[in-house]
Amino acid sequence: MPDLKLGSLQVGDEIPSLTTDPIKRVTLALFAGASGDHNPIHVDVDFAREAGLDDVFAHGMLSMAYAGRLLTNCVPPEALRSFQVRFVAITHIHDRLTCTGTITEQFEQNGEKLLRLRVAAADQNGEVKIKGEAVIAVP
Amino acid sequence: MIDHKHIGRVLPSYEVEVEKGRLRFFAKAIGETNPIFIDEQAARAAGHPSLPIPPTFLFTLEREHSHRFDYLQMLGADLHQVLHGEQSFVYHKVIHAGDTVIFEPRIADIYDKKGGALEFIALETVVKDKQGAPVAELRSLIVLRHGEGSRNA
Repeated sequence: MPDLKLGSLQVGDEIPSLTTDPIKRVTLALFAGASGDHNPIHVDVDFAREAGLDDVFAHGMLSMAYAGRLLTNCVPPEALRSFQVRFVAITHIHDRLTCTGTITEQFEQNGEKLLRLRVAAADQNGEVKIKGEAVIAVP
Repeated sequence: MIDHKHIGRVLPSYEVEVEKGRLRFFAKAIGETNPIFIDEQAARAAGHPSLPIPPTFLFTLEREHSHRFDYLQMLGADLHQVLHGEQSFVYHKVIHAGDTVIFEPRIADIYDKKGGALEFIALETVVKDKQGAPVAELRSLIVLRHGEGSRNA
């Protein structure tokens, strides 16, 4: 499926980025249902205000799922070896996230050619929300 | 402070069936457009027996079935102070709609920083298929923020 020539990517190269639609309240309602994370802080503004916040905010795992789309747009799911992120800032309603992946290392392990990517998701102002890395197998 | 005696504690394992409809709902919720995650014909054309799971979906099954918040409360955590600090996945094989997977969670570590202002609980879960073959390992780092205005994620 992927038409990207992964084998020819070098350290420093970027895979095609992914920019989401702005996150709406309905986005968070759907993700709450689909992900099984029913924490009201993400969907109930009354609850958020009681907790001292101005508004609800997005699930961290929604941002990680977007970054997962970035990866599987580039390689089939069976090529993923690992994927990890740190949640470094809150993602707010109306934010539009851009997920990026940059090759940081080419290496071999267990006879397999692998690429390590630095993965991040940032909002429309460039504020980083999640950052981490993924390892993918190259055919 | 969370008692460090819980480090290494094995939590009850559980078995979950991966449902096709749930995968489509998840795909919709994350704006997925890659047809292999939505359309069975596209999945089969790519060599999958049915819809494959997206990279973070195992966390959803864990979140829903592990009662992880019950365990955090059992440890003495105030859920208003809970943040999801980090999440990682190591993958061994892709599973598909219709597969049943077994989750084996444990409390891998408990530690604190900044003189106890921040406490960390690492939950590690081994995921296997019905035959016992490794599917994935998940690690969640849960952060408890004491003191300053706390929020939960």
